[in-house]
Amino acid sequence: MIHKYTMSGYNIVLDVESGGVFVMDDLAFKMLDGLGAPMQKKCPNELFEKFPEYSQDDVKNSYDEIYSLYASNCLFSESNISADEYERLAENSPVKAMCLNVAHDCNLRCKYCFASTGDFGGGRKLMPMEVAKKAIDFLIENSGKRRNLEVDFFGGEPLLNFDVVKETVEYAKNREKNNNKNFRFTITTNGVLLDDEKIEYINHHMNNVVLSLDGRREINDRVRRRVDGSGSYDLILPKFLKLVEGRKDKDYYVRGTFTKYNLDFLKDVLHINDCGFDQISVEPVVCDSSCEYAITEEDLPKIFEQYELLANKIVQKKKNNHKINFFHFMIDLNQGPCLIKRLKGCGCGNEYVAISPDGWIYPCHQLMGVEKWKMGNVAENKLDQKIKKDFSKTTIFHKEECKNCWARFYCSGGCNANNHQYAGNILKPYKISCEMEKKRIECAIMIKAALG
Amino acid sequence: MEHIKSLNEGNLKQTACEGGCGECQTSCQSACKTSCTVANQKCEKDEDRAI
Repeated sequence: MIHKYTMSGYNIVLDVESGGVFVMDDLAFKMLDGLGAPMQKKCPNELFEKFPEYSQDDVKNSYDEIYSLYASNCLFSESNISADEYERLAENSPVKAMCLNVAHDCNLRCKYCFASTGDFGGGRKLMPMEVAKKAIDFLIENSGKRRNLEVDFFGGEPLLNFDVVKETVEYAKNREKNNNKNFRFTITTNGVLLDDEKIEYINHHMNNVVLSLDGRREINDRVRRRVDGSGSYDLILPKFLKLVEGRKDKDYYVRGTFTKYNLDFLKDVLHINDCGFDQISVEPVVCDSSCEYAITEEDLPKIFEQYELLANKIVQKKKNNHKINFFHFMIDLNQGPCLIKRLKGCGCGNEYVAISPDGWIYPCHQLMGVEKWKMGNVAENKLDQKIKKDFSKTTIFHKEECKNCWARFYCSGGCNANNHQYAGNILKPYKISCEMEKKRIECAIMIKAALG
Repeated sequence: MEHIKSLNEGNLKQTACEGGCGECQTSCQSACKTSCTVANQKCEKDEDRAI
């Protein structure tokens, strides 16, 4: 199976199974339309008639080049892995990542918050240290031989419970050596409580930090409001700048949300870049489709246009040695993850779990608080193996819409929680998310083509 | 080649045999948590391995 498209003047061809990506001239690109496996070695005579505007040498050479890619299994190639093989690997996956909701409380009242402004609908709570320690113990004990373990301090707003964050890091670090583990920490914050001490701590201990900012002041402040109703932009921007200045080579993302209110989100990405941040992620809102700010199908053309304009802007900036990295346009065509990794993009409920302040284990932060998804409690060190097994079978082989999608090895099946929220089934991808994801992948590949 | 430029080696299928160690970052596709296309993640196994 191949996927071909033209963007910004580049004719791009992706061979889905081999991962081969090619930029073709107009003749080779058009010629592909009538070709497929199996190919014959000799250029078929009808191609000379089909392309009379080109010389016979050009037609023959184009065909020969296409054939050579086919012969090396890089074009029209076929799959070599089955669902049965992967199922066996997936079921045995240990838990290796944990979202630690240290605070079900927040000091902002963002209109679009999926966590009901921080409490996940279950009352405002902070995670006690004892629960956090049990969660770390649980992760170590359920991680098998896996060495690299990830802990994401999340909420609500995790800085509301920063002492527990610090103590948890210390506890995990103390335990990692004897257990042959390597903890990697991330924190996601709205920045309101950042001060010099916290910035220094985060920059020293957190492998990654996600800083929430939606872009232009008026866009950010329309939805990201403080408890008193005032905007948060002016309060947090200087703190984020200070944090990133001290970050040096460590990872960070300034992460924003776009909604129907700012379908011109290109301006927000560029605004964040102009503020002095070069690691940027701006993502579509996740909410009930009845919300007035929800992204709907009729918004897609405008969103596609914005992604393309952004991709072209990034090419232009990079050619001028300007630093900018848009998270969704990152793609590694040569050193990326193996095929097995690509069969399932969402680790929830299987290799990834989320822990509530009371120690309840859920498949992920998005499914937090939903009774039917409770998988156990860290205090008991038990995990519901049936739910785990169900989630292990959320591969692209198990999702009908993914099986024949050209983007399946790049998106890897989407977000199971979104699938549940929108379609009531973790195996049923949400069409609007799929369309946006496909567009982002096309843009990401075009950037590679343009930058050579 | 005159008509076609390859952007990579296109040997993703081979990684089905040698991959699967699982040491890589857990991926999350949730938009609220800086979702990832899986393709942007690094392989932890061998930096020299080309896929």
